[in-house]
Amino acid sequence: MPAAHDRGGWPDDTPIDRTEHEYSDWERRVDAVHQVLAAQGIRTTDEMRRAIESLPPEQYESLSYYEKWTAALEILLIEKGILTAAEIDAKAAELRQRGL
Amino acid sequence: MTATHVEDHVHDQPMSEVALRSVAIEALLADKGLLTADQVQQQVNLMDGRTPADGARVVARAWTDAAFKARLLADSRSALAEMGISIPAETPHLAVVENTDDLHHLVVCTLCSCYPRMLLGRPPDWYKSLAYRARAVSDPRGVMAEFGTTLPTDTRVDVLDSTADMRYLVLPCRPAGTEGMSEEELAGLVTRDSMIGVTRLSD
Amino acid sequence: MTTISSETVRYPDGAAVRVRVGAPAHHFRTPAYIQGHTGVVDALCGTYPNPESLAHGGDGLPRQPLYRVRLRQTDLWPDYAGNPDDTLLVDVYQHWLEPA
Repeated sequence: MPAAHDRGGWPDDTPIDRTEHEYSDWERRVDAVHQVLAAQGIRTTDEMRRAIESLPPEQYESLSYYEKWTAALEILLIEKGILTAAEIDAKAAELRQRGL
Repeated sequence: MTATHVEDHVHDQPMSEVALRSVAIEALLADKGLLTADQVQQQVNLMDGRTPADGARVVARAWTDAAFKARLLADSRSALAEMGISIPAETPHLAVVENTDDLHHLVVCTLCSCYPRMLLGRPPDWYKSLAYRARAVSDPRGVMAEFGTTLPTDTRVDVLDSTADMRYLVLPCRPAGTEGMSEEELAGLVTRDSMIGVTRLSD
Repeated sequence: MTTISSETVRYPDGAAVRVRVGAPAHHFRTPAYIQGHTGVVDALCGTYPNPESLAHGGDGLPRQPLYRVRLRQTDLWPDYAGNPDDTLLVDVYQHWLEPA
């Protein structure tokens, strides 16, 4: 059984959903944050792929594309000792209070 | 992240938990001096500026300049540099594959979402979908049919699964009846989907 | 072209190769659906840092030759419905290939 990200040839009868959504600000920015960190040598594309592949299969299949990028970013920054989960929790709570 | 940038994110709808975490992470990285909001915005602007129109210009040039086409197919990096388009020195690299009457190419990334962003910008949602990634390799003709493309059986299909350091751009066939068109007019005919290979321009 | 930090290019264009079978615990870029199948080297794409090392904070050395390998669709999918000459081209690093 291949890993959840290794999709080639999986039986799948569903038609391809060709709906396209306009990327929102946060999606554009999390994409950009990854590229900025890559340019500074803080993380590699392969590390990012590895972090996404480490998500539990149900998350891999249910999270949106940039939600997976966010999850991967969090995994890598915590792993590298740059941020802690508690810091992110606290900042997210603070931003929520400010109306986000 | 400055207060101004946080306010930019305030909308009528509260952000999802994951979206909120992405904003929190960016704010913390800025607090620690690892990036600035301006750097992030510059990168956003760079990606916003990359659109399928870039790929279309390349295709139109290849249609009208046989020597350029030969250089593009042999060594895309130097050929694209002539047009002011730069491919990273190391990775990802780009290869252009040419459709003919007898041969059609379709591009997918089954493992993630590798895509020729340098020429097409951000990929469409369906390119990243689990269904496309599953079926493009095992049933390329069925996938193309969903996009309205039915190939003659005797046209060979080559699927490209870009699993690694290569990105692929399809050079579609030039539609008949376009002999008198300028390079700019031709570029206007070239669609994103034809450069991924899910459609042909002649259909 | 090889350097001391690159694996020597082993397969010429047209060489018959078999894709190795494996699912190592680390990140890798060889999809399950091609593993164990035999194809032909279409072209050498260059020599790149090894993603299996880069994904885990390594330096990617020695660099690995990367080949575009052509496989027949009818070999990959027993009930393949298209033209019997249809092929799949996939990029595979040299250490995932063996002579066939």
